[in-house]
Amino acid sequence: MLGWELPPYNSGGLGIACYQLCKALAKRNADIEFVLPYVYNYKVDFMKVTTFSQMTAPEWIKKYGSVYTNLAGKAADFIYSQEFSLDKALDWIIREQNFDVVHAHDWLTFRSALKVKQLTNWPLIVQLHSVESDRAGGHRGNPLVEEIEGLGVTMADRVIAVSNYTKKAIMHDYGVPADKIEVVYNGLDKSEMEPLDDASAYPYLERLRSNGYHVVTNVGRMTIQKNITTLLMAAKEVIFRESKTIFLLVGDGDQYNELIGLAARLGIAKNVIFTGFQRGKQWRDSFAMSDLFVMPSASEPFGLTPIEALFYGVPSLISRQSGVGEIYTNCLKVDCWDVNEIANQITSVIQNPGLHETLVSNAKQELEHLTWDKPSQRLMDIYQQQAVGAIA
Amino acid sequence: MSRAIVLYLHVHQPFRIRQYTIFDAGVNHNYFDSPPNTQTNNPDIIHKVSDKSYLPTNKILLDLLNQYPEFHLSLSLTGTVLEQFERWAPETLQSFKDLVSTGRVEILAETFHHSLAFFYSREEFEAQVELHRKKIEASFGQTPVVFRNTELAYNNDIAYWADQAGYKGILAEGWDKFLGWRSPNFVYRPKYTENIRLLMKNYKLSDDIAFRFCDHDWKEWPLTADKFCHWLNETKDGTNFNLFMDYETFGEHQWADSGIFDFLKSLPSEWLKNSNNTFMTISQAIDSFEPVDDIDIPETITWADTERDLSAWLGNPMQQEAIQAVYGMRTEILSTNDPVLIEDWRRLQTSDHYYYMCTKWFNDGDIHAYFSPYETPYIGFINYMNTWHDIRFRLSDLGIGI
Repeated sequence: MLGWELPPYNSGGLGIACYQLCKALAKRNADIEFVLPYVYNYKVDFMKVTTFSQMTAPEWIKKYGSVYTNLAGKAADFIYSQEFSLDKALDWIIREQNFDVVHAHDWLTFRSALKVKQLTNWPLIVQLHSVESDRAGGHRGNPLVEEIEGLGVTMADRVIAVSNYTKKAIMHDYGVPADKIEVVYNGLDKSEMEPLDDASAYPYLERLRSNGYHVVTNVGRMTIQKNITTLLMAAKEVIFRESKTIFLLVGDGDQYNELIGLAARLGIAKNVIFTGFQRGKQWRDSFAMSDLFVMPSASEPFGLTPIEALFYGVPSLISRQSGVGEIYTNCLKVDCWDVNEIANQITSVIQNPGLHETLVSNAKQELEHLTWDKPSQRLMDIYQQQAVGAIA
Repeated sequence: MSRAIVLYLHVHQPFRIRQYTIFDAGVNHNYFDSPPNTQTNNPDIIHKVSDKSYLPTNKILLDLLNQYPEFHLSLSLTGTVLEQFERWAPETLQSFKDLVSTGRVEILAETFHHSLAFFYSREEFEAQVELHRKKIEASFGQTPVVFRNTELAYNNDIAYWADQAGYKGILAEGWDKFLGWRSPNFVYRPKYTENIRLLMKNYKLSDDIAFRFCDHDWKEWPLTADKFCHWLNETKDGTNFNLFMDYETFGEHQWADSGIFDFLKSLPSEWLKNSNNTFMTISQAIDSFEPVDDIDIPETITWADTERDLSAWLGNPMQQEAIQAVYGMRTEILSTNDPVLIEDWRRLQTSDHYYYMCTKWFNDGDIHAYFSPYETPYIGFINYMNTWHDIRFRLSDLGIGI
């Protein structure tokens, strides 16, 4: 398997999805070697992790920037440096070993994956956790990235999409036929979730809540794709009607400063709390502390955070432009551009405890099925088909 | 002794609430005026159901009444559907009046607003039954003597109330849990009452028509009047076969191409082939047959779902919150003496609004298992509570604290 990040050195959902997916596959006796571009000295016992670079993840990010940062102007440098590292690792691996299937995650690994395919003719499965048009928030993406992404999905033997929403995007953007693309949803590995304890990481919010305040939370990268500007505009309408409402925004990103400025310009700065990127207890309590989780993404291939929120007993409002909505029914859904409707629904959850309670109790029944169990079985079946196909 | 089919059809449409957001609350009070071509447009729905169901079915029923002197039936029409006919489909209202003027159609009593008021405010309930009586008298020149509660919701208390109120009959689901080994095909006496009689729906025969008629997987499909009457003739026990169902079964739930109209047309001729057989209204059945036993129903039953309880309307916290919010403001609402505000508030009591918030089936992902004009039960609730907030706003405009 080729990837570009694993927790704890992850900048977003991709690393978590790869990690939990591999763990579930290993339980099904898949023998996985995971290739990363940078040093990874974390203990993982269910698969082998191979790297080439001498650089650690933080050093890597410092030198080249995160893959999520705006690549404008330095895309080529960034891509080729990462690729060089991956290629070196792969060079060595393919001379030593034999694999049934090569599974590559997201565009950064695709050129290396295609080189492996050229040299070995092992079947290649590429998985898209997002497409460039998602990351560009509906605008035109980076042409170099589009070129690599398009090449990957065209040359691969099989394409995995994390939702029907993403499948349609791949078909639309790159003209890949529907029957070449399989949808394999993400799941939630409950054993990886930080358990709750008595001490909250947010004593101030705790105090506000006991005084009748409600907390509405978003956890995610602050980029155009995540559409937090629309959430802030809706927040203004909510706070105007329900002044005891706090919006907790957890995450980092290129829009961070812009959003702080926007909250102030809208006159709601006192009700909007920015925490920056959080892990562990602070991350956990961002969910646990809230009355409603909102994911208004302009384009979200999957979006695990509403399910993580559900794990902590928090209901969600998500945009219809989100893949997770295909398997998560008992949540509120709005169009990402509809400021008034977002405000309307948030206000209703705050005003009506019965809505909150019904959402949570029904959604909790769904949580039981939102695991990696079925997705990993589906992937094993696909591996099987491809491996057999290669022999025949 | 003769045996009767007791056909009873329930006619109802709610005033559906338009998409109503928190931005409307305090600004627009037109909850029931949806833009054209939206799911909640009430005149559109009245026109559609009139064309598909009410007009063609009433034409058949009138022909049958003219052709067969033995043919009788009972109807219930809610105040909310009558008002909609008056405003948007007067020809449909006239077609019901034509049926009643034959003198062989009985109209039953119920709450004007098709509400569950009995369970929340006895005074409000009685006020709505009275409003309905006046409406029926004005529209049809008939005073109802048999009571049916919303969704056929029934228990000993309701029977006791109806008995005290002077009704001669009341209806309930013929649910096995309370019938036990007994057959629904008789007249019964509700426990703890003096004069009133109870007719219980034969749900098997009724649902053969109302639900299974177009089910091609059903082993009895296709159902013909011939076959149906054969089953009834073969049934040894019973004096009255109580076929109770939604009127909209004919043409709306079961479409014309299912053959439902042909079934209705040929039912009297097939049934009346046997000279012992006839049709009766509810009152005629009560007058003709002595009660065979007492029926004790201490808990509330309805004619809905496999559970036959109120869980489709009151089963989740949203539904509980919504209905309690509405009944909780009764004193303040009535104190305004504002007829428009009072009527808007009463329209919010129509049970359909709570049904749209039901999540029982939604959980299974089977969101088409019931009809709702809203995308999800949650949206139904949000719309509803926003109108409730606006009602509160209107109260505060009148100086009544919120």
